[in-house]
Amino acid sequence: MSVETLYTDSLSRAPAGFLFIRPIPLKFTALALGIVFLFALVLAWGSVSIPLGEVARILTTGESDKSSWVSIVMKVRLPKAITAILAGAALAVSGLVMQTFFRNPLAEPYILGISSGASLGVGLVVLAGGATSGLVIGVGLGGDFLLAAAASIGATFALGIVLIAARRVENSLTLLVLGVMFGSFTSSIVSLLMYFSAPERVQSFIQWTFGSFSTVTTAQLAPLAVGVIGGLILTGALAKSLNALLLGEEYARTMGLSVKRVRLLIVTGTALLAGTVTAFCGPVGFIGTAVPHLCRALFNTSDHRTLLPACGLMGACVGLGAALIAELPGSSAILPINAVTALIGAPVVMFVLMRQRQLHKAFGG
Amino acid sequence: MSALTTVSLSVGYTPARKPVRIIAEGLNLTVLAGEFVCLLGPNGAGKSTLLRTLAGMQAPLSGRVDIDGADLHALSANQRARKLAVVLTERVSPGLLTGWELVALGRHPHTGWMGGISDKDVQAVKRAVAAVGAEHLAPRVFIELSDGERQKLMIARALAQEPHVLLLDEPTAFLDAPRRAELMILLRQVARTANCAVLASTHDLQLAQRSADRLWLMDGTGGVISGTLDDPTLYDGLARAFSVPGLTYDPRTGTFQTQ
Repeated sequence: MSVETLYTDSLSRAPAGFLFIRPIPLKFTALALGIVFLFALVLAWGSVSIPLGEVARILTTGESDKSSWVSIVMKVRLPKAITAILAGAALAVSGLVMQTFFRNPLAEPYILGISSGASLGVGLVVLAGGATSGLVIGVGLGGDFLLAAAASIGATFALGIVLIAARRVENSLTLLVLGVMFGSFTSSIVSLLMYFSAPERVQSFIQWTFGSFSTVTTAQLAPLAVGVIGGLILTGALAKSLNALLLGEEYARTMGLSVKRVRLLIVTGTALLAGTVTAFCGPVGFIGTAVPHLCRALFNTSDHRTLLPACGLMGACVGLGAALIAELPGSSAILPINAVTALIGAPVVMFVLMRQRQLHKAFGG
Repeated sequence: MSALTTVSLSVGYTPARKPVRIIAEGLNLTVLAGEFVCLLGPNGAGKSTLLRTLAGMQAPLSGRVDIDGADLHALSANQRARKLAVVLTERVSPGLLTGWELVALGRHPHTGWMGGISDKDVQAVKRAVAAVGAEHLAPRVFIELSDGERQKLMIARALAQEPHVLLLDEPTAFLDAPRRAELMILLRQVARTANCAVLASTHDLQLAQRSADRLWLMDGTGGVISGTLDDPTLYDGLARAFSVPGLTYDPRTGTFQTQ
C-alpha cells in the first residue's frame, strides 16, 4: 500500500483505461509544450513575420540578416512575451486563490479592490494630476513609468486598507463585501474625475483600462518579474492551507490551521500578484476568473497541489495566446488585451462549463 | 484513563458592551478513553456552546479543559488538532474531492508544509475509512454521496487526525431513522476500536439512552448532570428537562405521554 494506491483509488472514477496511469504529468507536459509553442509564435508573428529559424538565431547569437528583426525580437516581442507569461500566470493563480478563499466561482484577483486602487492612482495622474502642467499630456499609453508608479501606489493603498480590514474582521465574507464597496467608492471618484476632464485625457485613461502586454519595457521587466515570482512562491506555499479551507474556516481551524495568519498571507500574495500586473499592464481581466475554471475542468480536481501549478501554466498559455491574437498577425493594428481575452475566451469557458456540468460540484453542496 | 477533563469550567459569552452571559458554570466533567458519551438537552440549553468550548473554538469564562492532562486552551492550534477532532453540524462543499482526498485532509496537523501524504499517512487514512466501514464510498466524489454517507466520511476525516478525543455536534441531524441508529452504534464502536473519548450532542433521546455509555444532561439551569438512566438524579433531570406543559417525558421508554 503506497501513495500511488491512494491516487489510483481516487482515480477510479476515470475511465478504466486510465486506472493505472496518472494523467497529471501528461497534462502538465502538454501545458508546458503549449507555452513553448505560443512563446515561439509571439516572437515570430506580428506586423512583420520573422521565420522561426531566424528568431532562434537572434535569441542565441543576437544577430540576424536584417538588423531591424533583431530589435523587433529583442526590444519589442521578447519583453511582450515574457510579460504575457508572467501576467497570465499571476492572474490565473491569484484568481484560483480568491475563488477558494471566498468559496465563490465569480471571485477574481481584483475582488479585494486592487485594480480599483490602481485605477484611482492612474486616474488621479492622467485625469487630474496634469491639470496645471503639460506634463501628463504626453503620457498616452500605460508603459510610461509615471503610470506604473501611480498604479503601484494606488494598488498599495488598496492593499493597506484590505490588510487592515483582514486583521479586524472575523469573517471572510465581510472582507468580500468590503472589497466590493471599496471598488464602488474608488470608481465613483474616477467617474467624477472623468466627468470633469478633457476628452483626450479621458481617452488616455480608457486606453490604460484596456490593458496591454506590449507597453512593458525591458527595464520594467525586472520589477514585474520580482513581484510576480515572489507572489507565486508565497501562494505556492499555501497549497496545504487552501486545501484545508475547502472545508470552510471553522473546520480548517479544528484541523490546526491558523486562519488569521493564512488569511493575511493569502491577501498579501494576491495583492502582490494582481497589484504588480495591474501596475505594469493595466487591469487585465478575464484570465483570473476563467483559467481556474478551465484547470478544474481539465484536471478534474480541487487539490491545490495540482491546481496551483496548473493555473500557473495555463495562465501563461492564455496570456501568450491573447498577446498573439492582439497583434492581429499580418496587420499593423493592435487590439486591447481585455477585448481579446474575453472575446475569444468567454465562449470557450461557457462551452467547457456547459459540457462538464461540474461548477455546482466545485462550489455548491 | 480520562482523556477529557473539565476543572470548574464555566462556559458562555462575553458580548461587547453587554454583561457576561454564563450558560453553565462549575463543571467538573470527564470522558474516559474508549467511552461514548451523549450530550442531551432541550434547544437553547447551551450544548453547542459547551462543545465549542471543549473543542477549543471558544475560550472558557473560567476554569480549564484538560486533554490528556494538558490545558487544551494553552495548546497551539496544531497541537490541539493532533489530540482532538471535531465534526460540526454545518454542511461542507469541498469541491471535487473524492472520499479518499477528503479523509486525507484530516492528516493536516500531521503532514509537512506542502501537505505531502506519506505511507504512514496513507495507513492512517485507510484505518479511518475502515473504522467507519466506508471503503466502498471512499473512491467516489464526496458531494455526490447521500447525507448519511457523507457523515461517515466526515467522521473518518476526524479519525484520520488520530485524535484522543472526538467531539460531534448533532451528527444525526440530517439523517433518516435507520441511518441515525447506524451512526450511533458506529460512534460507540469507534470509541472502543480507536480507544478514543467520543462526545456527541444529539436530540435523539431514545437512541442516546440505548447506545451511549453515559449521558450528560444540560437542562438549562446552569449545570450538567452526568450519569446513566439508573441514576435517579439523571432520570428525574431528563423527565423534568424534556417534559412540556401537557406532555410528560418518560426516560425509561423514551416516549412522551399526554397528561
